Amino acid sequence: MAIHSLMPGRTTHRQGWLFAAALAVCAVLASPLLVIIWQAAQSDPADFIDMLWRPLVGSLALNTAIIVSATTLLCGVLGLVCAWFAERTRLPWQGLWPLLSVAPMAIPTFISSYAWVSLSDDLQGFPGALLVLGSAYSPLVFLPVSAALRGLDPALEETARTLGLGPWRCFFRLILPQLRPALLGGMLLVALSTLSEFGAFVLLRFRTFTTEIFAEYRAGFDSHGAAQLSIVLLLVAAMLIGLEWRVRRQPSYERRAKGARRAPPRLELGARKWLVVAGFVLLSCITLLLPLSTLAYWLTQHGDAAVSPVEVSAELILDASSSSIELGLEGAALTVLLALPLGYLLARMPGRLTGLMERLTFLVQGVPGIVIALGLVTVSIRVVPSLYQTQFLLLLAYAILFLPLAIVSVRSALLQAESRQEELARSLGLGSWQTWLRVLLPMAAPGLGAAASLVFLSIVTELTATLLLSPIGTETLATQIWADTSAMAYAAAAPYALALTLLSMASTWLLMALLGRNAIDRLATDGHTATGDASHV
Amino acid sequence: MKSFIKQSLLGVASLISLGLALPANAASLILYSAQHPQTVKLLVKDFEQASGISVKVREGEGPELVAQLMAEGKASPADVYFASNSPELMALEGKQMLTRLPAATLAAIPAKYNSPSGSWVGVTARENVLVVNNKLAAGLAMPFSLLDLAGPQWKGKLAIAPSDGDFLPLVSAVRALKGEAATQQWLKGLRNNAQMFDDNEGVAAAVNRGSVAVGIINNYYLARLQVELGNKGMHSQLYHFGNGDVGALLNVSGAGVLKTAHNADAAQKFVSYLTSARAQQVLAKSNITFEYPLLPGIAPAPVLKPFNQLTPPALDMQKLGDDSQAAPMLRKAGLL
Repeated sequence: MAIHSLMPGRTTHRQGWLFAAALAVCAVLASPLLVIIWQAAQSDPADFIDMLWRPLVGSLALNTAIIVSATTLLCGVLGLVCAWFAERTRLPWQGLWPLLSVAPMAIPTFISSYAWVSLSDDLQGFPGALLVLGSAYSPLVFLPVSAALRGLDPALEETARTLGLGPWRCFFRLILPQLRPALLGGMLLVALSTLSEFGAFVLLRFRTFTTEIFAEYRAGFDSHGAAQLSIVLLLVAAMLIGLEWRVRRQPSYERRAKGARRAPPRLELGARKWLVVAGFVLLSCITLLLPLSTLAYWLTQHGDAAVSPVEVSAELILDASSSSIELGLEGAALTVLLALPLGYLLARMPGRLTGLMERLTFLVQGVPGIVIALGLVTVSIRVVPSLYQTQFLLLLAYAILFLPLAIVSVRSALLQAESRQEELARSLGLGSWQTWLRVLLPMAAPGLGAAASLVFLSIVTELTATLLLSPIGTETLATQIWADTSAMAYAAAAPYALALTLLSMASTWLLMALLGRNAIDRLATDGHTATGDASHV
Repeated sequence: MKSFIKQSLLGVASLISLGLALPANAASLILYSAQHPQTVKLLVKDFEQASGISVKVREGEGPELVAQLMAEGKASPADVYFASNSPELMALEGKQMLTRLPAATLAAIPAKYNSPSGSWVGVTARENVLVVNNKLAAGLAMPFSLLDLAGPQWKGKLAIAPSDGDFLPLVSAVRALKGEAATQQWLKGLRNNAQMFDDNEGVAAAVNRGSVAVGIINNYYLARLQVELGNKGMHSQLYHFGNGDVGALLNVSGAGVLKTAHNADAAQKFVSYLTSARAQQVLAKSNITFEYPLLPGIAPAPVLKPFNQLTPPALDMQKLGDDSQAAPMLRKAGLL
């Protein structure tokens, strides 16, 4: 088989179906992209050239390039620095800082953009866009990097320190290279998310390819123009992915130590810790306090003539909240489930084929939600009409849109769960499923938890695919906010926006607490758990 | 391997059958609506009470929903399309996707606001206007015509939303009245002068908060902003173009029944309800729509300029067309 020749080393029966599962996931992922390419290919070549060879497209390309590179750099630095201080230094209220670092992504960019632009018009355009996206997307770097920091082998570092390496050199020469896959993976996600960002750019009047695709779609009466522009985005996304591929090398990050797993040491900063705390507080004021206080302001701002019949009842808010929660949970479960086979293959058997499959998932990330949704509409109408306008199709769209988010975390989680433990468990007679359930999943739980939390957050704040694909009559918090803000009923939208923000924040906290930190703490304090379990069999 | 494939096939099959089981509710009506969600909610609630027919609504921007309807083709679940602007309906009519409405429904509304071939009926109308910031525009001479806004004196002072569904009919109207070349020239001027927003809501809010002096919108956006902000929050007012200038274009919102409707009877009932005195009163008194009800004898909201004092350009639905030329012209001008 051609596939086998691409796969490294031995291929067992079990790996065979893992590959099959991963390929099936990729086929689903690729389908909306193929529809876009097919639609663009159907148009007249002269038409295509007319669409793309315009002065406007040049300025869009410039805007897109500037915002993508600036946001990616800003988020890379912010995410790395925050993760380092939150994970590896001893600070007062230690549990608070990771939470505050992740929380900004719980505020939808269309809400924080409104907050900033209602403060000052000067924030329209590039500065506001950088501010809003920098706040919202740095958690995309923070989460994988802090997960990687937690999983680093402390022994290496201790050895380096005893051999006389100072803390700075230790960081740059030892830790940073180990963080590279997590950091670059996170930055790639930031770049691709920026490429497909819509809500914030619209409110901040910053025109990029994505806003133009929407404009084209809204004004064009058909999706050909949108498809033609999407091809450009696809190419840009492919370039970014290729770039990351070249920069990232694939060393092994498994712990070599044989002993029990310990938590990495935290640095004592002395009085300087207050400087770090001040930094975190200042950052949180910008990323959290300000957007939230604007929201609170709108809650109290129903005008005196406000007799508008826009209904805001506890019941409606509850309804919308429960739809959001349901979609978020189901979507997160489906996405993480779909991410597992590929994540496993990437961690255990990195090769050309698995690498290609991973890049395919990233490619989707650079395409706006509406393009994926449109592609799915076409596929479902023509191929599986029974799926059209069902909740399952919407969940599938979420899975396609957010699979890369999940895979980054799943992959690094499985990378750090040692393959030797797995082999040990199997040599002791545990079957494949048992090994997964009792050894691999518990070890990878923190990373899987991070993956699920990321996907859940992204789903509850997702707007465009939800609008297009939600089964008729399903209203989520995000679609309610959209309906009200598009009627300028900002005050009416405020309770929904507040509910959405609270929901996202609570879920961030809950998932990090339940799946992320506890699992790590457990592993840290009770290091024999994973090994112990297997050896008892 | 075999059992895995079997299991996953079973899983997919059960998911599909689940999907099949869910939406099959023939008694209800499916409405695709580009009208403002709150307005539609009010109407739907009232209609459900009056008729006992339940209505499910899919919302979206006009051209977007039309594109979706065209993509769905015969598989569309939609029964009724409620447009925000008449060209959307003309586009569906052009694709032969709408069924002819009964004479009784059409007769309720003056013929000039209906489809020339009777496949859709007008429900409400709104006027194109200029929103003017009180402070910033204090020293400015207001334009005599919409086309004047392309002049250099308006550089940096104008806000527009070229990708809003409401902007397309304006382009079509200028094209119908002034010709292709003049329209392109006008759009080029707007490109040089204007700050671009995504929608009319954004334009109205920006002018009102003092970011820009004037903006092209439909009349009701300012009335809505007033409801939202209260009188204290208002820093702008409307300027109406006069003398039948194209700037005073009357946009008609209407509804039609799809040929593929699963529930044609209920669909006809809903469209006829929209033109009934009961629905038109709901619209007029909603304090959220601020459009002109098209049924003669129903008074619009008092904040609006009286309907008979409007001076729209002479333009029939046929001449206004289906907006198919608007997007390419906007593209050529660099506005899209």
